[in-house]
Amino acid sequence: MADQQNFAEQAMEFAPQLYSAAMRMTRNKADAEDLVQEAYLRGFRSFHTFQDGTNLRAWMFRILTNAYINSYRAKQRRPQESELGELEDLYLYRRLGSMETAAASMSAEEQFLDVFTDDEVKQALEDLPTNFRLPVLLADVEGFAYKEIAEMLEIPIGTVMSRLHRGRKAMQRALYGYAEARGLTRHLDNEAPES
Amino acid sequence: MANCNETIRELDAFLDGELPDDVRDHIHLHLDSCMDCLQAFDFQAELKLAIRRKCSTEEMPAGLLGRIEMCFNTDLDEDGIIGPA
Repeated sequence: MADQQNFAEQAMEFAPQLYSAAMRMTRNKADAEDLVQEAYLRGFRSFHTFQDGTNLRAWMFRILTNAYINSYRAKQRRPQESELGELEDLYLYRRLGSMETAAASMSAEEQFLDVFTDDEVKQALEDLPTNFRLPVLLADVEGFAYKEIAEMLEIPIGTVMSRLHRGRKAMQRALYGYAEARGLTRHLDNEAPES
Repeated sequence: MANCNETIRELDAFLDGELPDDVRDHIHLHLDSCMDCLQAFDFQAELKLAIRRKCSTEEMPAGLLGRIEMCFNTDLDEDGIIGPA
């Protein structure tokens, strides 16, 4: 049994990560702060159920995710499960891949995908419907395994995989939209790589 | 050896480190000999890294740590219990 007195000591280091994730979930600072605080309160209360030697970070993310899903459901009259349209595989690569190759030959140092600003990538993630946003957040940003995500979201692993697959493609479509809106695709098409 | 379609189908699970060893080895073999698939995999791997880099840089509000510590000591949820149950 975990010693409750140690909770603050052990769990506080995850606060910045939990806050970042909470921002992607709630999409605003006030709700994100409340959510993180709620997660710590719940964690503190139930720390006696935490098994020493297991992953405290995953445990805290599970609590955060549950707290978010509960508050989200409480605000919705009906649980909302959104669908995303079918998109081809490699959506962004098929459109920007050749530009990336050209960019790579221009300067190996520069990360081509840094053409997207932090805000654009955050927005693309935050605009996903919740049932797709959470798997992508937990896998791509937080690096959890399918099994851990399935446990956090209480859905089968196969569902985690299909939502990840579709959510990621929808995010790529949003990013491509930003590239187009900024005239980036035209710009890079017309300009010869500098030698 | 896997073909291109089979390889692309496993792209997500490959980059997520979720493939069984034997399937992963098959994909590796294909990538060693197929520049098209290798470039696509590289692009997706970079995209995944970029998403992580750009979505996890939120600066914590100054007062949040204090608020968290406070909830260990006060009856925030008004259930008559101070701090932990």
